[in-house]
This record gives sequence, C-alpha cells and structure tokens, in this order.
Amino acid sequence: MKRLKGVTLLAVLALLVAACGGSTSESAAPSGDEKPAGWLEALGAGEGQLNLIIWPGYAERGEYEGFNWVDPFEAETGCKVNVTAMTDSNNGVQLLQSGQYDGGSFSGDASVRLMTAGDVAPVNVDLLSNYAAVFSGLKNQAHNSMDGMPYGVPHGRGPNLLMWNTDVVTTAPTSWDAVWDGNADVNGKISIYDSSIYIADAAIHLMSKRPELGITNPYQLNEEQFTAAIDLLEKQRDLGVIYWGSYADQVAGFASGDLVIGTTWQFMANVLGGDATAPKVETVMPEEGSTGWSDTWMMATKAANPNCMYLWMNHMMSAEANGQATVFFGEAATSEAACDYAETIAPGHCELTHASDEAYWESIWYWATPREDCDDADPATTCKTQDDWVEAWTTLRGN
Amino acid sequence: MMRRITGWFNQHPRATLRALLAGPLGWISIVYLGSLFILLMHAFWSKDSFTGKVEPFNWTLDAFAQILSNPVYFTIAARTIGIAALVTITAAAIALPVAYYMARIASPRKRALLLVAVTMPLWASYLVKIYAWRTILQTNGLLGWAISPFGLEGPGLTEIANSWLVLTYLWLPYMILPVYAGLERIPNSLLEASADLGGRGWITFRRVIFPQLIPALAAGSIFTFSLSIGDYIVPDLVSDAKFIGNVIYDNSALGSFPVAAAFSFVPILVMIGYLLVARRLGAFESL
Repeated sequence: MKRLKGVTLLAVLALLVAACGGSTSESAAPSGDEKPAGWLEALGAGEGQLNLIIWPGYAERGEYEGFNWVDPFEAETGCKVNVTAMTDSNNGVQLLQSGQYDGGSFSGDASVRLMTAGDVAPVNVDLLSNYAAVFSGLKNQAHNSMDGMPYGVPHGRGPNLLMWNTDVVTTAPTSWDAVWDGNADVNGKISIYDSSIYIADAAIHLMSKRPELGITNPYQLNEEQFTAAIDLLEKQRDLGVIYWGSYADQVAGFASGDLVIGTTWQFMANVLGGDATAPKVETVMPEEGSTGWSDTWMMATKAANPNCMYLWMNHMMSAEANGQATVFFGEAATSEAACDYAETIAPGHCELTHASDEAYWESIWYWATPREDCDDADPATTCKTQDDWVEAWTTLRGN
Repeated sequence: MMRRITGWFNQHPRATLRALLAGPLGWISIVYLGSLFILLMHAFWSKDSFTGKVEPFNWTLDAFAQILSNPVYFTIAARTIGIAALVTITAAAIALPVAYYMARIASPRKRALLLVAVTMPLWASYLVKIYAWRTILQTNGLLGWAISPFGLEGPGLTEIANSWLVLTYLWLPYMILPVYAGLERIPNSLLEASADLGGRGWITFRRVIFPQLIPALAAGSIFTFSLSIGDYIVPDLVSDAKFIGNVIYDNSALGSFPVAAAFSFVPILVMIGYLLVARRLGAFESL
C-alpha cells in the first residue's frame, strides 16, 4: 500500500509537469507585425539588479588595481551586478537556457545557437548611445546578428594563443607543433583547453599538415576529417596532456611548474605576469593561425531586468569600460574611442591586439558551432554535429 | 472556532499525526523526490542537436542508446565503482586496527584524544582538504619535496591513484566511527569465553569479533562507497580520470542534459543494489 502511494504521487507530479509544459508551448502563437520577443521600444529606469553570465575577467570590480568597470556602472545606474563565470561556450548556453539570467557575453559558438533557439532577443541599438562608434567590422556579423537584426553588442575579440614557460622552453616556438608532437622538455606538462571546441584546433593543425584532407573550415568537418582530428587528439592525450577547465587551474599549473606550454587566452598570461613568484611566460599567435573568439553581450529573451541589461550593454561599449576590459583580458577593443582610452593604461595595446586591422582577423577562426549542413549551401555535404563533437570529447577524456 | 478544531483533533489522534507529518513528508516527496523525478524524466526527452534545447515530452530513448553504444560510458562506470570499492576496502583495513585500539586498548584519556583526532578533519571544509592534497601531490609539492632526496618526483595531478588516496582520506572517519561503536558493543565476556576455549588472538578476531562487526562494516561502507561513487570534485581536482559524476556534470553543464540524466541512472541503480545487500548484512541496525 505504501509503495502504491509513492507511485500515485509520482504520477500526479508527472501530470502536473505535463500540464505546465503543454500550456507554455501552445501560447507562443506567431503573429504578423508584432515586435519580436524581448524587444525594447524605449529605455526605462533600471530594475536595481542584473544577472550576467560572463567569461572570467569580463566584469572586474577592482580586485586587480586599476581595473574596475562594474562599481562605476552600479553607482551610475543603481543596477547591482551579479555574475556567473562560464567554463566554455556549451556551459554558457546551458546556463542561459536555465532562465535565471538577463544576458551574458557569448562567443560565436554559443551566440548563433542562442539566436536560433530564440533564447536571446534582438537589440534595439537606437537606444544605445555608444553603438554608433563601434568599428563597422564588428557590426551585423554572422555571430551577432540574424535576418539583418543585431542581437547584441561586441565586447572584444582575440585569438587563442600558445603560452610557454621561458625557463623550460628556451627557444620561442612559432607554431603549434610542440603541443601536438611533444618533446622531452614538455611531455606530461602540456596544457590543453578542456572543451569540445578544441577539436577545431586539431583541425587547424591538419589544415597545414595534411592538406589532402581538404579541410576548409575547422568547425565543419566530415566523417574522414573528424576521425583524423580525433586520432590526432588521442595521440596528443597520450603525450601526457593536462586539460584545464577553468582559467584558474591553468594559472595554478603554470605557477607551480606542472605546466610549461599550452593553449591559452592572453588573460592568463597577464595574470601570471602580475605574479612575481610565478615563472615567466610568453605568448604567441602561431603561424598556422588559430581559433579565436569575438564576444557579444546578448540579452535573454526572458530577461527579468531588460533595462539594466541595456544600460550594461551601452556601458560595455563606452571608452572607459571597453578600454579597461580589453586591456585586462588582452583582447582587441571595439571602437576608436575605446582604443584611445586603452592606450592611456597600456601604451601600444591597440596595435598589439590588431584592434582595427581587419586583415589580421582573416587568419583567425572565430569559434563557431558545428552543423550537420556544414554551414554551406551544398546539400550534398554533411558534417559532424555539435552533439557528435561533445560526445567525441567525452570519449577522448573518459578513457 | 479554535476550540472546535482542537477538539476535533483530540478525537482523531491519527489525523493529528497525519497533520504533523504532512509538512516534512510533503517537503520530502515534492521538493526532494519531485525534483529527482523531473531530473530522471529528462533522460527520456529529446533535444535539439544544434541549439542544445531540451524538448520536453518529446519521448525518445536516444540518450540511453548513446550510453549503451559507446563503450567509454562503461569504462567510466567500471572505473568509478572500482575506485569506490577500493576506497571502501582500504578504509575498512585502516579502520579495523585503529578502531580496535580505540575501543579495546587505549586508556580513556587516549581514547578521547583519538576520537577528537578522527573527527577533527570533519570540521574543515571538504574543498579546503582537497586543495591541501593538491599542494601535497603536485609535482613540486610537499610529497615531491619529501621524496626528492631519493631521486623520485611527486605524482602530479593526473594519477588515478590520487583519487583513491584522497577519497580514502576524506571518508575514513565515516568508517572508523561505526566500527568503533560496533567494537564497543561486543561484551568482554565473549572474548574471555573465546580465550577460555583456547582461541588465540587471530582466531578470536576471525571467529568472534569479525562476524559481529559485519553490520558495522556494512554501515561504514555505505558512507565510503556512496560518497565515493557520487564524488566528482576529487577526481576533477587531483586526477585526470573521469568518474560517473564528472560525466554527468560535464553533460549537464555542456548542454546534453538527457545524456546526463540517463547516465545518472547508473549510480542510482548501483546504490539501490548496494543498500539492499547492506540491509541484508544488518547495516541499518548499526547506523
């Protein structure tokens, strides 16, 4: 009898959930000239708080001296900022879909999925006074717009870099070979990003080493190309690779000497550079090119605090905030004015990060989502999907 | 009005009991079991492979098919269960002599000191202890420094043995305490009787003490085994070998929620089986 009661309870719960689920899906009826979901016609007063998903280092409030663009925002708008750092883009997508956030800073492999799913809203850029000054090369791109409508505002962009400990790796590397082929100095101490998107880095290596595979886009791989990339990753794993999930893991590993070379963001090199007790590190953008990202602040369609989110998007395009943020993370600023401001804290920053050098960005493959249709017009080609990538990564890491 | 209500409850004592229990039981069944139920239901839902969105009530067994078709999930489950079993055996092997000394040999003063020593680590945060182990185990860590005179290097933070070591350390008190309590419960007269009948130390332990300790060991093993099988922070921070929990976490954090939910059936089923065996051994009487 007792058992039966439990079962009944579960059945009631199931019905309850079914009822809730059913009603929401039916109510979303499309209609012709209605504004898109989440569209803001006019800016109102801030709601008092803002919940963001960020890349680590994208919302600093003075923990590192001279870098604080959150406190001034809070003081000015009254929007208290709460942040959650994502570990990779897949994680960011999952967090936003949980429905508890107003928005976040998303790379291309997350932003396109979010736009397609309707999880993020198109942005009324007329309400954002700083949007006009943004470099035109960062507006209306595939990763931040859909059907000609902007779905967010740029934060900054940069490549994934090769970082090494100069005490151990004495000749400065110019290619990714050391992390793929290994050598006596670095085996067992190679640091690799723990995310399925890293498969694209293997594909970039194959583009230069095995041109016969015919890889034209490292994110859209057919069966043969994908298998070759996974083979390469398995060989790499057997060199004694250590995978980093959070930037702090990698920083701790380099600081203790357990890691001596690997793939990184300029941010970690900056953190290590600021630690007098850590070994000296350097970074380079290898000659084969690299993966990279161009990040976008996007607003969740169901944002509870849309006005604060708009205020934040505008703030993050301001010269002061964008200048500080891009210097802090070591990425390219998004406007001439932000560049000028960045130069005042880090002279040479904009030239170093190629802020307005569109030709440089040609050699960088911005993170993108693997798609079954290969993201091309040819219906004959099929590629491995996002799910295939995640599962292959689980397999690689699980064995 | 109030009086009427109290009067009614007075006449219906069973209703009083039910009203009192409704709160906690409702909480357990709706908040606790309900959320678990919804979680497990995700295993049978499909999801959009591009956007990663779960499609509720779109029933499919794809997640289970994926887990069954890829041998890596079996490897991970076997590894997790194997390490959890190893942790349990190791903890029992350490707990037996320690608890025996505490219960039978040590003076009351020493016993109190040892009890404090065993429970003291439980006062510190779980994460702090794991990070302490990281500084011990990393290549240039404390252990590496201690063994460097012999030309040896620290183990680094990738070895699977690290997980075994750290999990054993973390859960050892949960094994020592029930075994200690079990030993205290064995009357001295039994041991004297065994000695009178010619039973020497080892025989007495094997034939008199150990059989009576089985419920206590089973009780302790529930903690060490279940806490190990569900842990994902230790394997993440001190080694590179994934456990069931890591795969569940990774998949849920990375947008394959149905796979995560489907894989979470594995530890649940293993633990149900384990608890049934433990109940047979009388573990629930010595908790």
